[in-house]
Amino acid sequence: MENGNHKEVPEDANEHCPGTQSEDAGKSDACAGCPNQEACASAPKGPDPDLIAIAERMAAVKHKILILSGKGGVGKSTFSAQLSFALADMDFQVGLLDIDICGPSIPKMLGLEGQEIHQSNLGWSPVYVDSIGVMSIGFMLPDPDDAVIWRGPRKNGIIKQFLKDVYWGELDFLVVDAPPGTSDEHISIVQFLKETGIDGAIIVTTPQQVSLIDVRKEVSFCKKVGIRVLGVVENMSGLRQSLSDFKYVKPLKNGGEEEEENVTERVMAVLREKAPELLDVVACSEVFDSSRGGAARMCVEMGVPFLGKVPLDPKLCKAAEEGRSCFAGDECRVSASALSAIIAKLLKNDTIA
Amino acid sequence: MEIGDHKEVPDDASEHCPGTQSEDAGKSDACAGCPNQEACASAPPNGHPDPNLVAVAERMATVKHKILILSGKGGVGKSTFAAQLSFALADMDYQVGLLDIDICGPSIPKMLGLEGQTIHQSNLGWSPVYVLHRSHVSRVLAPPPDADVTWRGPRKNGLIKQFLKEVYWGELDFLVVDTPPGTSDEHISIVQFLKETGIDGAIIVTTPQQVSLIDVRKEVSFCKRVGIRVLGVVENMSGLSQPVSDFKYLKRAKTRREEPEDVTERVLAVLREKAPELLGLVALTEVFDSTGGGAAKMCVEKGVPFLGKVPLDLQLCKAAEEGKSYFDRDECWISASALSAIINKLLKDNVMA
Repeated sequence: MENGNHKEVPEDANEHCPGTQSEDAGKSDACAGCPNQEACASAPKGPDPDLIAIAERMAAVKHKILILSGKGGVGKSTFSAQLSFALADMDFQVGLLDIDICGPSIPKMLGLEGQEIHQSNLGWSPVYVDSIGVMSIGFMLPDPDDAVIWRGPRKNGIIKQFLKDVYWGELDFLVVDAPPGTSDEHISIVQFLKETGIDGAIIVTTPQQVSLIDVRKEVSFCKKVGIRVLGVVENMSGLRQSLSDFKYVKPLKNGGEEEEENVTERVMAVLREKAPELLDVVACSEVFDSSRGGAARMCVEMGVPFLGKVPLDPKLCKAAEEGRSCFAGDECRVSASALSAIIAKLLKNDTIA
Repeated sequence: MEIGDHKEVPDDASEHCPGTQSEDAGKSDACAGCPNQEACASAPPNGHPDPNLVAVAERMATVKHKILILSGKGGVGKSTFAAQLSFALADMDYQVGLLDIDICGPSIPKMLGLEGQTIHQSNLGWSPVYVLHRSHVSRVLAPPPDADVTWRGPRKNGLIKQFLKEVYWGELDFLVVDTPPGTSDEHISIVQFLKETGIDGAIIVTTPQQVSLIDVRKEVSFCKRVGIRVLGVVENMSGLSQPVSDFKYLKRAKTRREEPEDVTERVLAVLREKAPELLGLVALTEVFDSTGGGAAKMCVEKGVPFLGKVPLDLQLCKAAEEGKSYFDRDECWISASALSAIINKLLKDNVMA
């Protein structure tokens, strides 16, 4: 379906398609042989009753934010989870919806593995942690090792159920964690939620060019479907760690089978003795090369806001693995302050809060 | 399609679907209103070979080995691995083809330095792009960069089918297929199209984090379900390895608002003067926590081979961004020996060389 076109014409439709909402849908001569003919001929005309049900549920939700990424593995779900923790900390009512059907990461990142969804007379109940209501297909898989090998239509079906059958209650924010890319799940979530208003999308990326290429596609997608880009977050923006937190080895350049010699103790002793001022110095590695300007420069070119950078912080990775907020305690110092700044900017820019 | 079921019933089929291969496919009463009715009614009758599969089989007759590169999660370095594997095999004088079926986010053109190249037609069919690397030629095929971002499943499958039916690959020792992350349309399709002609197996790429390993288990389940052998698992980004002399060094700022001061020059000067032996060492850090045992432990649990670990190497990332082989850059020595060991093990264990 082309969103935003007056006449809704599926991509695989015949030439001269009258449009799926037309009176002649499925019945005109042009429809013969079209793969959608049966569906059009038998579909109800007029508003999709499911959309009405969704609108009712979403009436109690003030703000909806999609978290997108062109590329996978850039930290989108980590960002969604930490954003939810941060908003909950500010006393907002938060819902977190995971629409990554093949690879749902959200349950793990909120420490909710093994939890199940309960039904009430009001509908499906989200799983709560720290007053954040969470919904994911991860809660519905009998065996977490099971692969969800579904084609598009079935994935769309479950996303629709997450919107119409779940009792979210009154929410200030519904954060929607999407899978990477621009496919069925993304088209569907926009189709289902557009009528009820989507505040916009945050796009998460890493500094590499190969990620930025895919961000441009996400920005194009947003423009095409009429979703505002609230901003871009550059994640894994360099590793920062104290010299004293590393391990040190003597390198073996010949690529042999022997283990490299671990000389960490000796290095620490040498530093303590000869150059103690270096122990607290922070070593930075630009693992993902950003010499071409990274996301900030791309944002200027594409005319979208740049929200900020988050460094690659092993402590944040650990917090994410253990389902903890990075804002609790002092460990994730490096990344927590970056994330706080980004979230503050988001709320201020868009006068959402 | 549910693969492995006797009766092939599409996910969006009507209840009481007779199965797409049945004599009544598309014609029975139960078919009325089913979105697939047209397709089923016009498909070749049961017992007659699908002409598409016949065409694919003809093209694949001159391909000795086919390897799928999978990952549960995105951003784990699958395309980087697929590209480097192709460079390595070409260097060993094999005829290599590299097919990128990640339609929403094709990374292969950038990783092989082929951006901007187009697919040409010849009387033999579509021609892959030829990459010359150290006098070895590889053939590469990827979706065009301007492919519409908002394609649903059926259209993606159509393009994949064309890549297999219409492309003249010629004689190949290896066809490496780079897939998008997950287990969805593209994966189901590539298996459906290639299975008859024989798939040697799949390599699954992951990072050490638990959140990645969860998704690898799903990939292993997928492979078992569709009858594809798991040739092995590669653990990528297995710790950052960088020479001490390659870091930038920062002094911690006293307050959160100040920018940390860049003290790289001073630190290197102090090291040169007081502890020069440290400059030749490599610093390691486990960015992505692997206290759970990482991929090696998971392989033991699931009974699949573990091929090895590749460290997070700044220079390898750079090589990938520039479309170069890790062999071409001496600076990639940290990851090069790891990659070589993995590829040799792959070939030896599977008697492919």
